[in-house]
Amino acid sequence: MKSSLKLALGLASAALASTAVSNAAHAEDLTLCWAAWDPANALVELSKDFTKETGIGMKFEFVPWTNYADRFLNELNSHGKLCDLIIGDSQWIGGAAENGHYVKLNDFFDKEKISMDDFVPATVVGYSEWPKNTPNYWALPAMGDVVGWTYRKDWFSKPELQKEFKEKYGWDLGPPATFDQLKQIAEFFQKRQIDGKTVYGASIYTERGSEGITMGAMDVLYSYGFQYENPKKPYEMEGFVNSEKSAKGLEFYKALYDCCTPPGASNSYMGEGVDAFKSGQVAMHMNFAFTWPGLQKDENVGGDKIGYFVNPKGPDGDQFAQLGGQGISVVSYSDKQESALKYIKWFANKDVQAKWWSLGGYSCLNAVVKDPKFPASQPYAQTFLDSMAIVKDFWAEPSYAPLLQASQKRFHDYVVAGQGSAKDALDGLVKDWSQVFQDDGKM
Amino acid sequence: MLNRTADNVARATPEPLARKVRGISDKGLAWLFISPTILLLLAINIFPLFWAIYLSFTNFRANRPNEVVKNLGFSNYQRILGDQDIWIAMQTTAHFVFWTILLQTLIGFTLAWLIDRKFRGHAFWTTLILVPMMLSPAVVGNFWRFLYEPQIGLFSYVISFVSGIPPTNIQMLSNVSLAPWSIVIVDTWMWTPYVMLICLAGLRSIPEYIYEAAEVDRASNWRQFWSITLPMALPFIMLAVLFRGIENFKMFDMVNLLTGGGPGSTTEVASITLKRQAFESWRTGYSSAFAIILFVAVFGLANIYVKALNKVKQR
Repeated sequence: MKSSLKLALGLASAALASTAVSNAAHAEDLTLCWAAWDPANALVELSKDFTKETGIGMKFEFVPWTNYADRFLNELNSHGKLCDLIIGDSQWIGGAAENGHYVKLNDFFDKEKISMDDFVPATVVGYSEWPKNTPNYWALPAMGDVVGWTYRKDWFSKPELQKEFKEKYGWDLGPPATFDQLKQIAEFFQKRQIDGKTVYGASIYTERGSEGITMGAMDVLYSYGFQYENPKKPYEMEGFVNSEKSAKGLEFYKALYDCCTPPGASNSYMGEGVDAFKSGQVAMHMNFAFTWPGLQKDENVGGDKIGYFVNPKGPDGDQFAQLGGQGISVVSYSDKQESALKYIKWFANKDVQAKWWSLGGYSCLNAVVKDPKFPASQPYAQTFLDSMAIVKDFWAEPSYAPLLQASQKRFHDYVVAGQGSAKDALDGLVKDWSQVFQDDGKM
Repeated sequence: MLNRTADNVARATPEPLARKVRGISDKGLAWLFISPTILLLLAINIFPLFWAIYLSFTNFRANRPNEVVKNLGFSNYQRILGDQDIWIAMQTTAHFVFWTILLQTLIGFTLAWLIDRKFRGHAFWTTLILVPMMLSPAVVGNFWRFLYEPQIGLFSYVISFVSGIPPTNIQMLSNVSLAPWSIVIVDTWMWTPYVMLICLAGLRSIPEYIYEAAEVDRASNWRQFWSITLPMALPFIMLAVLFRGIENFKMFDMVNLLTGGGPGSTTEVASITLKRQAFESWRTGYSSAFAIILFVAVFGLANIYVKALNKVKQR
């Protein structure tokens, strides 16, 4: 009886001890928060190496794009401890820095000899700096992204279509160099029968709820001459946001929506665009570059059937593209900041960044993207590089949310609902944005 | 057995405590029992209401907890009442409430009247009609979004079959003129059974002898309907209208799922605007003021309506 009691006590102690050890091991697990999308899966795979090297486990909290901002901004605003590391959207940087949500990384970068000069300049400004163009770093560029286009190479190379197109428009059917050419191609394919199926010109961003139509319209407006403010006088928007050129750009976007998108595409964003392209509905497809690895691998539309092109030029030859992508930051409310910084240090390593690219993530490290082998590493690599060289981003002010909501409303009211003129929409936008900056005491 | 146990417990209660318990009046005991509920209501209903009233006079933003909160007086209220977009959202809400209530009442009452005939299989049809009401709004919203799809949606194909218009031209959710109706159709489909149930209760409450007396007086069916059925069921119909009116005034889920307020702002009802201001633009003070205005509007209208309802009942 005595011995069996001892045995039972021994087993119980062993069980308690093992639980304690396992709890201690899990106590240092890091939680990384990001959007639920293909690159996040690649990051899970990549992070296994970090756990192998450091013994620090990784947990992930991925939220679909439609709820991504709501969910994580709530988490940060409530000073939650769920996320130790966060890959936050580029526009959050101002608010996150000013409200103390992110740990400032300057001292850490100096200590670990991580230089921002080693990263693609546009990504440093876009994802890491606040205030912009000052050496105050709140994130490490993690996932480069930009709006570009994919097209159906197989349709474009059909001899009968090439002949007909040349006769109609006088130039060879191929990736467009200008937005006018893009519209001609879209019109050419709209409601055309290809392989017994009705197809449409292009899928563009029209989503109302989060940021879709703003990302899409801005992608066009930049190349038409849109500017957020007077370069010499910050927050002066009259004549810049609502310039004649900007209005022409917005008119073009509406014309493209009216003439050449699939029926019912009045609320399309990244997912709907991918679906339209994958299902063989559209000849061209506007989307962020993160969608390209998945499309390249697709059995029906990938491989030799897909091509990529950079956002075309505007009427004056200007060429810009909407920046996407994110930086990785340490959350200031985390109790595990030291381990989180270890992850950032590991992630900044060249070999890790090279593997990140090979797994489907978009590295922002110069050593990776400027490698002579990089352009040939994937069919979309050169387009990605060219696109990243011409990026512009939306406001990254702490008030980016009301600024974004205003543009969502104004653009959707005009482009999709057809209310008023492009000039009215942009005049209204100047009024809304001015109000936001007045409330912030910046005007 | 129970009495004996109670006696034992009473005897075992220490004298000082027993004296205290004996000292509690019936009223005191009642308060003791309802106080947890009252405290809970104060915590989750009354306190947030007063807190929202306080916030509505400030520039507070929930996403900027470190910022100094300034008192703005009535500035938020003035801005809301002078904002054209807010008035457009209120008009959209009013249109939506009017048409859904009108359709639901007409169809709901007709269905109730038919079901009340007690024809063969009426129980089966009642159950079948009630099905939409039992579904979750999230399921209904997603389900109808597919039905409305211009390329693959069944609704578009049925309309196309009847009208001869190509299905791809029937863009219920993208067309500015059709989108508001797409929501009215879904809400009517889902909530007419609810109105029907209330009307049915009203019809069943009419005593049979009144109809028998009318028959004796040789009143026609039409006359019986206008002089007996409708007046006696009216309080029930008005009650259904009140419930649906309040529900639809704050309608959010269906609009959000079907159109998200679009195309443009065509279907942006007040609750969508409120959500955007509160949780997307993070204007907490401003949106609190808007919420208070909506609350006062619904409360005021409901009060007027309830008074009218009481008058009808007293007739």
